[in-house]
Amino acid sequence: MASPDDLTGGKTSLYAARKAVYPKRVDGRFRRLKWAIMAVTLAIYYGTPWIRWDRGPYAPDQAVLVDLAHRRFYMFQIEIWPHEFYYVAGLLIMAGIGLFLVTSAVGRAWCGYACPQTVWTDLFQHVDRLVDGDRNAQIRLAQGPWTAEKIGKRALKYAIYLTIAFWTGGAWIMYFADAPTLTHDFWTGQAAPVAYGTVAVLTATTFVLGGFMREQVCIYMCPWPRIQTAMMDEKSLLVTYREWRGEPRGSTKKAMAHPGAFGDCIDCNQCVAVCPTGIDIREGPQIGCITCALCIDACDGVMAQVGRPRGLIDYCTLEDVAAEKAGGTARPVRKTLFRPRTIIYFSIWCAIGAAMLFTLGQRTRLDLAVQHERSPLYVQLSDGHIRNNYTLKLRNMETRPRAVEVTVSGLKDAALWTEEGSRDKAAQRITLTLAPDSVTRVKLFVAAPAAGAARQDFTIATRGLDGDPRGDSETIQFDRPPADNQEPGQ
Amino acid sequence: MAEDKRIDEVTGTATSGHEWDGIEELDTPMPRWWLWSLYATIIWGIVYVILYPAWPMIRSATEGTLGWSSRGQLEKELAAEAQRRAPIVNAIAATPIAELPARPQLMQAAIQGGGAAFRVHCVQCHGAGGAGVKKLYPNLTDDDWLWGGDLAAIHYTITNGIRNPDVKTTRISQMPAFGRDGILDARQIDDLVSHVRVISRQEKPSASSARGAALFSANCAVCHGAGGEGGRSVGAPKLTDAIWLYGGDRASLTATINQPRNGVMPHWGERLDPVTIKMLAAYVYSLGGGEKAPAPAAVAAAAPEGQGADGQP
Repeated sequence: MASPDDLTGGKTSLYAARKAVYPKRVDGRFRRLKWAIMAVTLAIYYGTPWIRWDRGPYAPDQAVLVDLAHRRFYMFQIEIWPHEFYYVAGLLIMAGIGLFLVTSAVGRAWCGYACPQTVWTDLFQHVDRLVDGDRNAQIRLAQGPWTAEKIGKRALKYAIYLTIAFWTGGAWIMYFADAPTLTHDFWTGQAAPVAYGTVAVLTATTFVLGGFMREQVCIYMCPWPRIQTAMMDEKSLLVTYREWRGEPRGSTKKAMAHPGAFGDCIDCNQCVAVCPTGIDIREGPQIGCITCALCIDACDGVMAQVGRPRGLIDYCTLEDVAAEKAGGTARPVRKTLFRPRTIIYFSIWCAIGAAMLFTLGQRTRLDLAVQHERSPLYVQLSDGHIRNNYTLKLRNMETRPRAVEVTVSGLKDAALWTEEGSRDKAAQRITLTLAPDSVTRVKLFVAAPAAGAARQDFTIATRGLDGDPRGDSETIQFDRPPADNQEPGQ
Repeated sequence: MAEDKRIDEVTGTATSGHEWDGIEELDTPMPRWWLWSLYATIIWGIVYVILYPAWPMIRSATEGTLGWSSRGQLEKELAAEAQRRAPIVNAIAATPIAELPARPQLMQAAIQGGGAAFRVHCVQCHGAGGAGVKKLYPNLTDDDWLWGGDLAAIHYTITNGIRNPDVKTTRISQMPAFGRDGILDARQIDDLVSHVRVISRQEKPSASSARGAALFSANCAVCHGAGGEGGRSVGAPKLTDAIWLYGGDRASLTATINQPRNGVMPHWGERLDPVTIKMLAAYVYSLGGGEKAPAPAAVAAAAPEGQGADGQP
């Protein structure tokens, strides 16, 4: 058997060890934007479960709650039952098309700013700088011997990592139960085992993915960058190095000695030092670039110091770079953002959202399912009438008790009653009180004269009696003894 | 051959020492992980044999130090289930049968439990839905009752059975075999059938039915009532309605008067616990024909009479 070693003639490993990344502290407009987005996204993540939302006495008062135990999903004024899961599917589709839209308009902005992996990696890198110092100090510490100071710093850093990771896992479970109650139960050991398990798993994944794997997740594990490369075109916004302006590279000293021989890039490597994924943007667009734009900040700072115009590294499209290289000017940002592709994505996104909002507004919160009892199919009553039994399932999806009415149509001289009622009080309609936010099962007895078809369709309908008359109906059969079997008196 | 063993240069592995025309066999050792898995399974096996039933002996297997058995585990699960159900079962036990409908949740639980018990003990005769079997076993879902259809009456019937020779309190009555025992001749029976079919509105009055009416007053009215309205204290069916257990056509009626069936039912009072019987009563009551209990005054008045009807003078 030929192994790769035989073919290459030496010991070549197919495994590339990770090159540690020690991103340098940087400041600038994009860094500040990243700070702001980090603050907002983390606040949303940690804070959302604590928002209260009054739904009356029959439903939880947590604004966003995935109540798996009771099979309800609450999101502010929207309540979704399991059979309405298509709304969640619709949200996922909107999220997908939203990513298409963002990618075609502003490139990998999701990766650079809003992706949890990016946000938490950024957070952990700040912890690195806080404990170990900036890039150079981090490198020195990593390469240095295991002194007491190093052990202490590592212990402190991992402790902070673990705290953040634990907090992340802890916040996650709050979406699945009443947050204040769960917090109390969690710390007093009364929470469900699955809560502790989930926190443990998410603490571990946050600790490992945010603390150690970092950019490897983006480069090797995440499918989204690979999909995005298929979605980008020459009009997509990228973090781009203006090669025509920067090359050939040379220090300010060299440029002073040979005016005109060198480009604007002074080869200071600041763009590489600040990169959280450890790439060199000057090599062109690449899978490792999450377009966080920190290299733009770094380069702009350097350009300002050496007195050259900003934007040697900048957000621009490949088309613009080509145009600028040819001596033209870049298209205005407005034109880059509003082009057929982005407009179509945006329209689809809006259409799905509008359709969902429309159906949400139109949906009935009362529905009916009827089952015809088959054993026995019909019952002979002593006065000669025939009775059929049905099981009604009335779903009251409002978070309040409701009075509803059940009627039948299409069955001559029919009389209805339930288990609570009796035949002598039977009527053409019955009223029921449905418990809030639940399914009520009712056994319905329907009696009708024996004369008629052996199998007849009729309709059972329900509607609200409390101002909202919308309801539901179902067509079902009424069975009578077949004529040849109907001996007189039998 | 041991002396032929050597280390193979290419692989660095020992040979087994076998050699056939220059072809040797490598003695590749088992992978380390495989061996450790083997040792682990051996240790697992020894521990298992000590802890759990393992060696088959003549009467049963060795017991194992944990004392575990599948039967014991089942008992534990059954006990846990019984404990889970205990609050409901106790509440039903403490509630008089007639008061169950006033507590809807308890009633629903009783109906559920009764349905389960019904499917085990009752479906053999009364059918899966309680609709009975034509000409054999009564339909429990209709609004016609031989012995009474309120909760207490159903409960009594289930507890004591019908025409059951083993219990004194059973519901008992016996319709005479008018034809077989020669009380009435064939012609009289024919007239009687005419009359019964007239009062159940299946035939028009005729000379035969007029003769039958007189025979009815003399022979049948004592149990079935003067108008054929039936008598629940003796389980005498109403003859004026549309429901016929053993058939309402001429042939069936003739057969019944000739030789009545006098159906029987087991008494469940000794076989089932009181709560299960209560649940069964609630379930049967819920099938569609359940009747409200008679008003308290009527009960007090009817009680001595009812006692007599139950075979206890």
